[in-house]
Amino acid sequence: MSATQSLSSKNQNKNKFFSFLNSKKVVPYIFVSPFILSFLVLTLYPATQGIIMSFQEILPGQVKFVGMDNYSRVFNPNFFTALKNTSIYVLLTVLILTILPMLFAILLDSKYVKYKTLFRASLFIPALTSTIVGGMIFRLMFSEADSSVANQIVNFLGVESVDWRYNAWSAMFLMVLLASWRWIGVNLLYYLAALQNISNELYEAAEIDGANSFQKLRFITIPHLKPITVFVSSITIINGFRMFEESFVFWETSSPGNIGLTIVGYIYQQGIGQNNMGFGAAIGVVLMLIIFVISMVYLALTGTFSKEGK
Amino acid sequence: MKNENNAAAKWTANILMLLISLVVIFPIVALLISSFQPSANLMRQGISFNVNWSEMSFNNYNYIFTSAPQYWTWYTNSVIISGLTIVLSLFFSSMVGYALAVYEFKGKNLFFVFVLLILMIPFEILMLPLYQMMVSWGITDSYIAVVLPLIVAPVAVFFFRQYAGGLPLELMDAARIDGSTEYGIFFKIMLPLMGPSLAAMAILQGLASWNNFLWPLLVIRSNNMFTLPIGLATLLTPYGNNYDVLIAGSVLTFVPIVILFIFFQKYFVEGLTSGGVKG
Repeated sequence: MSATQSLSSKNQNKNKFFSFLNSKKVVPYIFVSPFILSFLVLTLYPATQGIIMSFQEILPGQVKFVGMDNYSRVFNPNFFTALKNTSIYVLLTVLILTILPMLFAILLDSKYVKYKTLFRASLFIPALTSTIVGGMIFRLMFSEADSSVANQIVNFLGVESVDWRYNAWSAMFLMVLLASWRWIGVNLLYYLAALQNISNELYEAAEIDGANSFQKLRFITIPHLKPITVFVSSITIINGFRMFEESFVFWETSSPGNIGLTIVGYIYQQGIGQNNMGFGAAIGVVLMLIIFVISMVYLALTGTFSKEGK
Repeated sequence: MKNENNAAAKWTANILMLLISLVVIFPIVALLISSFQPSANLMRQGISFNVNWSEMSFNNYNYIFTSAPQYWTWYTNSVIISGLTIVLSLFFSSMVGYALAVYEFKGKNLFFVFVLLILMIPFEILMLPLYQMMVSWGITDSYIAVVLPLIVAPVAVFFFRQYAGGLPLELMDAARIDGSTEYGIFFKIMLPLMGPSLAAMAILQGLASWNNFLWPLLVIRSNNMFTLPIGLATLLTPYGNNYDVLIAGSVLTFVPIVILFIFFQKYFVEGLTSGGVKG
């Protein structure tokens, strides 16, 4: 390698400072420092600042410490609506985005299906769309006009056209559908990878013992998919609580009767829309605590901690 | 008998899979077809099963290529912002991941705890204080304001650390004997070997940035600085009159992604599945 040659000639006249910079004691810190700097400035500082702000009233040019005032106002009917919407959304997306990808992966992984790559790619494509573009397509497909795809289907089934964006149940349906559509392919890949890791010997041994396909599925496949299911459902829970765009694309910042209001939407509405930064920060802290507690409870319930501490 | 059963199972499985795939890609196909339809009708009628094939035309695309400079400003902004995000975040995180994998040093574990910590803090709690910082630094409405929060990429650090751990470390000693510096070893020998992991992370970060919404919505104010998702969202109102730009413009947002997807499918899969938590 000629590059190293030229470097080595430069090294002939290296000075002390340079050899200090190049010592194995110093080099790792230099490699790590830009990241550490950006972590301190762009994560740690704003995180602490966020907690401090949640105890303040922030008006242009004057900041006042108000103690628990913001927190005492957080738990109001609007917040509970946001919390309720977000929780239902999390529950539905977790169910759909674990069960369906698991079933599809088992089906796709079976020896019966040909064209595996093609099917896998077509399920994966929605993951490449942005929520905004995907949401726009769904808005047009679920338009309130009788001629929209969704209303044509319900009319065909003998049901009257629906104002999809204006009912609480259909609003939730739209948000869950959009998220499920975009994430199903990614979760499918997780499950496919996990299925490939199950040793074939297990199935062969089961066959010798006379197990049928259903028994193999029930006693080998499903138990071995537990770790990946815990992983997939945890990230779905966390992403669900952070949901904002799936609501924004249908109603922007205000939906009729708050049917599309989410916790992050509420932070945006209060912090940016109303310029009530202290209050918005307090909602943010509450959201972080909710995510933290739920993740811990969930991981404890699924027995992640009891397994050799990983 | 057994063969017959097998054939039936094969048919059922393939047809089922085909139906599922068709349902999943239907919205994309519907968008493509609609982009050749008169856009004003589309907003009134929604996307419909009854396609009027005689009305198919390139009008929307003609308009966007000839008379919608605003759209191309957004497009340029998105390209620049995604490019900056990829370069900066990969540069920062590959160095850290590499150092954590190949060197022994004091505080190594502490640094790793930092990385874990960032993974656990949701962006949504940082967003208001970050916004306030950008305001006080006077850099709202700039590329750098949009890019900054994305350069701290803990997922990429994890990924690079994993990947660098599998590199042939004997090469480092050989290079040292040849008189190469530690930096030379990283940039000239090890970084090129990390190519596949760089590609996967470039796609993860690029896609995250290309589709990023909430943060640019906060820090960008003027129309000339909009990114594609922000710009398109402003067209998505019942009172607009730019539906041609909206519909054809949405299709055109896929172009860079599809080109990359065709060439680097493997890295897309790696990149997106390593992403897990969005943002």
